[in-house]
Amino acid sequence: MMDSRAPLSDLHSAWITDLRQTLAAQGVESQDLTGMTLLPAAVWQVKPDDWGLIAREAQLVQCRWAGLWLDDLGGQGFRANVALVKHGGFLVVRTELEASTLKLASHARYFPAADRVERHAADLYGVRFEGHPDPRRWVRHQAWPEDQYPLRKTFPAAGRPEDRTRPDSEYPFLGSAAPEVYEIPVGPVHAGIIEPGHFRFLAVGETVLNLEERLGYVHKGIEKIAEGRDADGLARLAGRVSGDSTVAHAWAACMAMERAYALVIPSRGYRLRGILAERERIGNHLGDIGAICNDVGFPFANYQLTRLREGWLRDNAAWFGHRLLMDRIVPGGVATDLRNEHVEPMRRRLSELATELDELRPILDTNHSLQDRLVGAGMLSLEDATSLGCLGYVGRGSGFDCDLRRDRPYAPYDELEVDAASRREGDVAARLNVRFDEIGASLKVLDQLLTKLDSGPIRNPWPGEARVSEGLGVVEGWRGEILAYVRFDGRGLVARYYPRDPSVFNWPALEQLIHGNIVPDFPMCNKSVNGSYAGHDL
Amino acid sequence: MIATLSKIARVGVITEPARPSSDAELEKVGTEIRGVIDRRFRGSLAIRQVDAGSCNGCELEIHALNNAFYDIERFGIHFVASPRHADILLVTGPVSRHMQHALLTTYQSTPDPKWVIAVGTCAADGGEFGVSYASCGAVSNVVPVDAVIPGCPPKPLHLLEGIMSLISRSV
Repeated sequence: MMDSRAPLSDLHSAWITDLRQTLAAQGVESQDLTGMTLLPAAVWQVKPDDWGLIAREAQLVQCRWAGLWLDDLGGQGFRANVALVKHGGFLVVRTELEASTLKLASHARYFPAADRVERHAADLYGVRFEGHPDPRRWVRHQAWPEDQYPLRKTFPAAGRPEDRTRPDSEYPFLGSAAPEVYEIPVGPVHAGIIEPGHFRFLAVGETVLNLEERLGYVHKGIEKIAEGRDADGLARLAGRVSGDSTVAHAWAACMAMERAYALVIPSRGYRLRGILAERERIGNHLGDIGAICNDVGFPFANYQLTRLREGWLRDNAAWFGHRLLMDRIVPGGVATDLRNEHVEPMRRRLSELATELDELRPILDTNHSLQDRLVGAGMLSLEDATSLGCLGYVGRGSGFDCDLRRDRPYAPYDELEVDAASRREGDVAARLNVRFDEIGASLKVLDQLLTKLDSGPIRNPWPGEARVSEGLGVVEGWRGEILAYVRFDGRGLVARYYPRDPSVFNWPALEQLIHGNIVPDFPMCNKSVNGSYAGHDL
Repeated sequence: MIATLSKIARVGVITEPARPSSDAELEKVGTEIRGVIDRRFRGSLAIRQVDAGSCNGCELEIHALNNAFYDIERFGIHFVASPRHADILLVTGPVSRHMQHALLTTYQSTPDPKWVIAVGTCAADGGEFGVSYASCGAVSNVVPVDAVIPGCPPKPLHLLEGIMSLISRSV
């Protein structure tokens, strides 16, 4: 049984040792904090001047760039952290900065994945990323002034907002002077029941020349209002970072908090977490497969799959007390037990769903007018998926195959067989097929979990004594890897929470894969990626 | 094609009765609803949904109203793409400050008479997010609200009840 204190295996850590030697040969001094904090990740502290070199060498050994977060240490300067991943092994490199010299070399020239994450940090902390290819504001619109930084401890959570926040109408979009090119502005309020964001198309005829996303409309200050919460309060907030991923975000935040407190959760607790996460994965895949087909005028699939989704959500409500499974994962375990008499009905439903999909999938596969739209549309190359660090079905549809449940299994996945679905074609059809395959894999995982489910407690009490500590939680949500960082202040309250949704790396993929497609295919292409606006904007 | 038609035939009609007999209030509202829509809205009630900052949980449940179980269109209620075609704005979220202007513009673009329903706990009172540098909190802090449907998120049946009770009251 692997818990959060388990050491890294050779595979997970060999590249980290090699990278450290390479950097040392170039004169980079790093203090190895591995084992002292943020287990099971390796942790190094480096000098700010070496920040850029870290990225250059990490890129040469083909690491995945998995997130960056700053932390205001309250009068003692700032700390920057970057997460790098390879072979399922996590490395966190950190450096400390004085408030007077809040600048770092940008990682975006080595890792395009870093582009928006650095702009997010620049807007909220006032850190300058030198050499950044695109220094425009990102999450900041007009709700606070350019020279104010909400995540600094001196900035009050209430802010000093105007009665009416002005629209961000001066944002400098990429334009075109060519008379043949016309601009199509879309949003933030979209023509459907979806989240707000702005898309700016440059099109020639029906063909998309360029798409530029402008997000940040649903920025709600999640990182700021997390501060001062207790563990239960943070879990509730984490469950609302992105409502469709409530289980995965709550799990990642709880894992981070539990690791910070070295709290081990009971085995029935983590197996139930696995059941909840796989149920969330299947529910979302069912709805989205239907919606993708609906976007190209094949409502049959939508009616059938939303029918299956509705049944699935009703079962969630009957067995766990909530259709979307909100607030089921709590610090120390889970809030709701699965009653013994519900185990067999759930098992029966798994096989019923498998039977339904075995019947429906060939209908979709052999429908020429549907496949004509899906196959070859929205092509994302392996190269782009890799450099953008795409996660979940977006990466896996293009052969960029990351799945933590297999690469770095955490309980309960360390005791299970997980078939991670992957394709190489990179089109809308590939992403849809990965999701179909993932439903099948999740059904098998659920079956194994029901078999292994033992009796016992479902939650351990939260420790009474407060700590100054920090933790990193990483789970494979239905959209892909979710990373959460939590630091406690010594009074049992949260001093820093950073949730990194996979959408952060999947949204930029949409800008790439839409090139050369026609404007009417945008809804389908967008749905095949289905980034979370809320999870991205925070 | 035969497989498609056969599947449709075998699944049959799964749409649920609009008025569960266990709920007397819904029964009463449900009996009136079609008549109200016919009379007041000439058979068609148009809703424009606006996510003004939600976590997207409410959107999932509003979406469910269109699935075959609830099939909200059978009551003459449908979702429209433009606020200029809408009778009702269904607003979710705490209103993020970055969406404040867009929500106001949407409200102003909706012709009178119009109603606003705040959907979900965050829309009702700010929920977990409250009022901050980034959030205006409740929808009523930004536009006038005629009805509130609480819940995190409200279940589809509660959404249906909330819409029904508002338009019945408005007559």
